[in-house]
Amino acid sequence: MTVDTVDAANVTPGTEQPYAELGLKPDEYQRIREILDRRPTSSELAMYSVMWSEHCSYKSSKVHLRQFGEKAPASDALLVGIGENAGVVDIGDGWAVTFKVESHNHPSYVEPHQGAATGVGGIVRDIISMGARPLAVMDPLRFGEPSDADTHRVVRGVVSGIGGYGNCLGLPNIGGETVFDPCYQGNPLVNALCVGAMKHDDIHLASAKGLGNLVVLYGARTGGDGIGGVSVLASETFEADGPAKRPSVQVGDPFMEKLLIECTLEVLHAGLVEGIQDLGGAGISCATSELASNGDGGMHVWLDRVPLRDATLSPEEILMSESQERMCAVVTPEHIDGFLAICEKWDVEAIVIGEVTEGGRLTVDWNGERIVDVPPRSVAHDGPVYERPLSRPDYMDGLQSAGTAGLPRPEQAAEIGNTLMKLIGSANLADKGWITDQYDRYVRGNTVLAQPEDSGMIRIDEVTGRGVALATDCNGRYAKLDPYLGAQLAFAEAYRNVAVTGAVPLAVTNCLNFGSPEDPGVMWQFAEAVRGLADGCQQLGTPVTGGNVSFYNSTGNVAIHPTPVVGVLGVIDDVARRTPVAWQEDGEVIYLLGDTWDEFDGSEWAHVLHGHLGGNPPKVDLERERLLAEVLVAGSRDGMISAAHDVSDGGVAVALVEMALLADIGARTWIPDGADPFVHLFSESAGRAVVVLPRSEEQRFTAMCGARRLPAVRIGAVDSGLGADHGHDGSQVLAVDRVYGDTVVVPLAELRAVRSDVLSGLFSD
Amino acid sequence: MTASVGVITFPGSLDDSDSQRALEAAGVTAVSLWHGSDSLAGVDAVLVPGGFSYGDYLRCGAIARFAPLMAEVVAAANRGMPVIGICNGFQILCESHLLPGALTRNESLHYVCRDQWLRIDNSRTAWTSDYRAGQEILIPVKHGEGRYVADESTLNELESDGRVVVRYLGENPNGSFRDIAGICNEAGNVVGLMPHPEHAIDPLTGAPSIDGQGFFTSVLTALVGSGNMR
Repeated sequence: MTVDTVDAANVTPGTEQPYAELGLKPDEYQRIREILDRRPTSSELAMYSVMWSEHCSYKSSKVHLRQFGEKAPASDALLVGIGENAGVVDIGDGWAVTFKVESHNHPSYVEPHQGAATGVGGIVRDIISMGARPLAVMDPLRFGEPSDADTHRVVRGVVSGIGGYGNCLGLPNIGGETVFDPCYQGNPLVNALCVGAMKHDDIHLASAKGLGNLVVLYGARTGGDGIGGVSVLASETFEADGPAKRPSVQVGDPFMEKLLIECTLEVLHAGLVEGIQDLGGAGISCATSELASNGDGGMHVWLDRVPLRDATLSPEEILMSESQERMCAVVTPEHIDGFLAICEKWDVEAIVIGEVTEGGRLTVDWNGERIVDVPPRSVAHDGPVYERPLSRPDYMDGLQSAGTAGLPRPEQAAEIGNTLMKLIGSANLADKGWITDQYDRYVRGNTVLAQPEDSGMIRIDEVTGRGVALATDCNGRYAKLDPYLGAQLAFAEAYRNVAVTGAVPLAVTNCLNFGSPEDPGVMWQFAEAVRGLADGCQQLGTPVTGGNVSFYNSTGNVAIHPTPVVGVLGVIDDVARRTPVAWQEDGEVIYLLGDTWDEFDGSEWAHVLHGHLGGNPPKVDLERERLLAEVLVAGSRDGMISAAHDVSDGGVAVALVEMALLADIGARTWIPDGADPFVHLFSESAGRAVVVLPRSEEQRFTAMCGARRLPAVRIGAVDSGLGADHGHDGSQVLAVDRVYGDTVVVPLAELRAVRSDVLSGLFSD
Repeated sequence: MTASVGVITFPGSLDDSDSQRALEAAGVTAVSLWHGSDSLAGVDAVLVPGGFSYGDYLRCGAIARFAPLMAEVVAAANRGMPVIGICNGFQILCESHLLPGALTRNESLHYVCRDQWLRIDNSRTAWTSDYRAGQEILIPVKHGEGRYVADESTLNELESDGRVVVRYLGENPNGSFRDIAGICNEAGNVVGLMPHPEHAIDPLTGAPSIDGQGFFTSVLTALVGSGNMR
């Protein structure tokens, strides 16, 4: 095997290089030549091509993402901000929490099981590399039309991949989302979130400092997995008959990852590590250049020392390989024996592949020959930055003017009942148990809330009961109708979902899933969504701590709905105070908080009953969201609320059904004075929640709402004995009075039957 | 006087710290044991926890069974030391031939995590004496390979000897023969079960019950009562 060396590059400046095949543009290639003052070696070209890819360099999104920093509200809670592997926030009691969400969309379409599995693996390593113990995972998922045969393939693979990996790692899966829409048919979205915790002193950053310190590669051996996967898989649109450019997706080994977690935490706690970095996209290229770039000197790497699964790999391939379950640490010479001993205890292969050097260069040797000699910053941080053209698409006017006003609405009680059944039996609102029962939600013994609750909640401190709640949300239809408001609605919903459980919203992460940045219309959607989210976070005082961008989610020229998934993390002083979704007992009173408007554009009702998408999304009032959250948190803290549920997809009717089914206790509810039954039951106005109060707290709670000017209207009472009144003796029923002069009564068993087997019917064998 | 129970950590063990928490909550001293050790560190009983030891590669429990510490566990169990295997631990005890039969892939072919009603059929073992025979309890199951299988004569023998310790009620989560969720050896000191009692000790963080506590208080009773403590 002949290897292209720096010496060779110096004497053969005219050698033609396949930069275009590696995804680099002519001007990008030219810039590399200017940086190096010669042509790059093939190994250097490999490094630059993966590190300057959209996925690694954020070259199209950077100019917009800056707003998250510029508009970040002052927050004492932020310990580590954007730019590190994951943001870190202070939650009190000396605890720091780190969390982040990432996409693994394209690999999960090509090979759903491994794509989703390695998505979980990658985000977990981001959390470990901050020095935190990973505590839980969540998965926001988007799939195509549920009845499509290919959706069947993707759903089954993704769910088994997430479960197979997360269960084996011993991380509880505490929530996420599952949404079906034809726009995701050829571009399913598989986002993965991980949250971890550490004591403040244990925070670690990715940097290589200290001349003579050693660079250790540990974990799995390096193979041919996902070579070029980052630049090719994440940057190419799937064309029906385009060239077959789909290299192998990475393959995960959750057992090795579990060993990596334990081994890494042990070396960190033993104080044996100066800097640490996980290997994910762009593998060794990324880890070495980022460590060196964040450090204060240079780095030298002996690449031929890297343990290989496949001895035939070339140095270029080794630099680009995305083999999973690998980490890189910087260790002082006096600590190296201790470090290697702990690796050996955990049966984790570890080898010194380099050292921190003087001179500010990243150099790589292969069998004694110099194959890379670059300024590390030029690889890791000074990649190209694009101000992509953007323009509001022409179709927007037509889309926004085609609202739901003309769609036929139910006009009598029986039609209301039928509408409810159709909604709760639709794939988006059906019971998600078929998916979530394949995930371990109990392991580690700190899961306080998990799906189908509004947030996942985990206990962080077993003594004080301090914990965190996490929710992820996004309604892509709203974002399609108005990306600015859609992003704010996603943020508002996640914020609300955290507050509903009694936790105070503290910080934000995001996973921005969009079509091609080269399409000015998509770029406009992206810019609007980022601006909306940054403005929203600024207003509510919750900084964005990090996130991820996934572009090129399009098939042919058709992009997915813009899907800016927003994750909000909240803190709760004592998890024993958490508010569940299920009401608890007879006699409790049910209130609706917030204002309900006639808002059906982009709603689940328009989607399911009419296959309609047009108009303008619900109004956003972030001050109202803040007030609602404050009332929900105060109600939880002072023991006034026995249950609460966010009102969103499907409106109040669906919220009540979910509360009743989780409780397995019926209720009598009614349409409030002056309200239109259909609007009351199915509108998706934001800024609302259903709360359930013990009678003894009713006066105190409503007085608080009154004093704070939060609308609160009584809409029902928990009633287990209602069945007999309606000819369902012995059964629990949900009744709605005053529906066009009539009462709608449905036994809970019937509601459960309609929504419990929908997903298993679609996706079981 | 207190009793100590060792909880083994293999590479890939997951519910080890949860099991220790449950033991401590029951008043037992939990001691961490490392798979590669050849000493039981003087513990009075052993708990083999759930997880995916060695990634469950090859076959669940098949590699863990050869861990140096397992030789000590087998010897101690044969001398009468109380030993319990939960989930992956049950699989390891079967692979170690401390218990008959095997755990195979769930009939549904899916991993299943849910709160499961069970019936205690044998309350005379070292790990179930604090329950009543016939008592119904709610405990989570979470496994992909929990279908208990054995040949007819073994099953008949287990039944006639009263060695079926716990049985699934309602829908069988994995297709286990005769709804078997857990069994014991002839002496009753070794118990294996698929459900996770350590995740049913605090309704705040586990199944909505405290029905799992009995396994951990039972062993305390057994050890204190027998004077089998070091």
